[in-house]
Amino acid sequence: MAQTAGNSSYPTAPPLRPSGGGGESPLLLRGIAKSFGAVQALSSVDLDLPAGKVTALLGDNGAGKSTLVKLISGIFAPDEGSIIWEGEPVRLRTPKEASELGIATVYQDLALCDNLDVVQNMFLGREIVRSGVMDEAEMETVASRTLEDLSVTTLSSTRQLVASLSGGQRQAVAVAKAVMARARLVVFDEPTAALGVSQTAMVLDLISRLADAGMAVMVISHNLNDVFRVADRLAVLYLGQIAAEGPISGFDPANVVDLITTGKSARLAPSQPGMEAAGKEEEQP
Amino acid sequence: MISAPPGASESEANEVASPVPSSLSGFLRQWARRARSGESGVLPVLGGLILIVVIFQVQSPVFLSPANLTNLLVQGAVFVLLGMAEVFVLLLGEIDLSIGFVAGIGGGVAAILLASPYNLPWWAALGAGLVATAAIGAVQGTLVTRLGLPSFVVTLAGLLGWEGVLITMIDHSPSASGGVVRISNNVVNDLVNGNLSPLAGWIGMILVVSAYALATLGGEQKRRKRGLSALPWSIAMLKVGITALAGVVLVLICNTNRGHFVSLRGVPWVVPIVLAVFAGWTFLLGRTRFGRYVYAIGGNAEAARRAGINLLRVRTIAFTLSGLTAGAGGIIYASRLGSMSVGIDGGTLVLYAVAAAVIGGTSLFGGRGKALHAVLGGLVIATVYNGMGLLGMGAASQYMVTALVLVAAVTVDAFARRSRN
Repeated sequence: MAQTAGNSSYPTAPPLRPSGGGGESPLLLRGIAKSFGAVQALSSVDLDLPAGKVTALLGDNGAGKSTLVKLISGIFAPDEGSIIWEGEPVRLRTPKEASELGIATVYQDLALCDNLDVVQNMFLGREIVRSGVMDEAEMETVASRTLEDLSVTTLSSTRQLVASLSGGQRQAVAVAKAVMARARLVVFDEPTAALGVSQTAMVLDLISRLADAGMAVMVISHNLNDVFRVADRLAVLYLGQIAAEGPISGFDPANVVDLITTGKSARLAPSQPGMEAAGKEEEQP
Repeated sequence: MISAPPGASESEANEVASPVPSSLSGFLRQWARRARSGESGVLPVLGGLILIVVIFQVQSPVFLSPANLTNLLVQGAVFVLLGMAEVFVLLLGEIDLSIGFVAGIGGGVAAILLASPYNLPWWAALGAGLVATAAIGAVQGTLVTRLGLPSFVVTLAGLLGWEGVLITMIDHSPSASGGVVRISNNVVNDLVNGNLSPLAGWIGMILVVSAYALATLGGEQKRRKRGLSALPWSIAMLKVGITALAGVVLVLICNTNRGHFVSLRGVPWVVPIVLAVFAGWTFLLGRTRFGRYVYAIGGNAEAARRAGINLLRVRTIAFTLSGLTAGAGGIIYASRLGSMSVGIDGGTLVLYAVAAAVIGGTSLFGGRGKALHAVLGGLVIATVYNGMGLLGMGAASQYMVTALVLVAAVTVDAFARRSRN
């Protein structure tokens, strides 16, 4: 039976492993299934997320990507299968349990409070408190150092309200928040969907840097350009099942589009309706 | 492929001004920029207050007399306290329409328990009144948070229901006559009608201003030492100086003899009481985790939930504190009248409370607001109320003018919100 995550001794801030390590996977998914009423969103999904690698998860709308992200980040639990964190089966019942284990999810819009400043957002839920009073100076120092370590240089001040930040800057703040929480696995949900060219470059750069620092990174994206720039590994979901998984070298944009739209990797010409956006990618060399 | 280098986005840093300028002129430039983006702070409401004061003084020369100004402070105390009660709820993005009659319950419970046959000591009666209103806040908050009912509806029910409870309570009280319970306890009556001695007023003022100066300048000094950006000394000193000046003017006005036949001078007790509540709530909202979570929930409840914040708990506590503060407002209301009556106009009071918070700068959309806003907004309303009374204009005109001021404040809030997005 799965061990609950609420028991004795998960560390609030697991130490960062030395960088560069590949291979070892902090998170393994085995036989995951989830349905909503009559809709089978995921069935028998196996997935490894190795440390030091960027794993991209691709799939068409409704393929089950968001469901998978929500299972990993503790929004809801799978019906079947196990989530194995550092060798131990765990049950993630709340987002807090996931983040306490070291799983951070960076959402496009949902994760930041516009009315709070950068420091306040980075420490939200884990404020530094001395005898009942928040230590703002200490939090600001730590937040600034974390942003510097990530080479986030586009913020003019850590006391800016998040409302005044651009999309890329907001992503950077969300990433810094995950790093500061000593995350071992960072999940990005459509990190570049609303970003311009230079901001996209900044965020992709940041994603690579996390993997270089030894974290496991998962990126959910629709944008094949971004995926091929940043990912080390690819997994394609098709109708709730993993259609293909492996190192990026085994894929090219054309067969990935086939996998996304048909679930098969043969180079057929699948001109079904509803695949216009992907079809454009296919024409690229 | 994307060809722009990662550093290309650095130029956008210049679009956003540094929030902590290094000089006075930088401060003014930045203030103008913030004002345009809807973060204008308290200067507009201060400007509006001064404008209203000037208009009333031109119309009625007694407006700025010490006697009237002291009276205005006392009138404003209830609006300020109820406004602070409303700020807690507005920060969450909710609204509380019941606090007028919740205040009535607070004052009513205290008044009944002070009278025979109970004859409780003043502190026990006031404590019971505050516990009752905090409990009401907790119940309403629980209905809103646990059952997910709209706060508008729950507290609208409260607006009706608590008036009924108040009438029943007073009707069944042995000490009531004609729907009124008189308060004969001197301590409770003196909360509003008693004054500090002039010397005590000065000493108290000096202590409060020194504490503020220490906290402000000490905090900036600490930031400077750690190499963090800090306010320029000129701005920090200006803030302290303005506070000290306001304190001196306040004590000077209150210490002027305002009696006609007997000498009547000194700061009314209600002023330090309101200041204490204001300081307490400012600290709670600004310096503690609980306060931070109230803002976070008002700004983005989903983000707060994902950060592991217990939304149910924080929301319920905020409603409870709102009820507690409303109870304090009700006790001050009863103290001022020396009685509690079934005729308390809780409907108008709650509208003044919402108006006070919003006029001061608290957003109706949640996540933005301070206890200070209720203080300033409450003063604006007291000024309108008092000034129009002096000019012999009746309740009808007071309602209309207050309504116009409220609509103006909400319009500013809505435009500020639009320009932020």
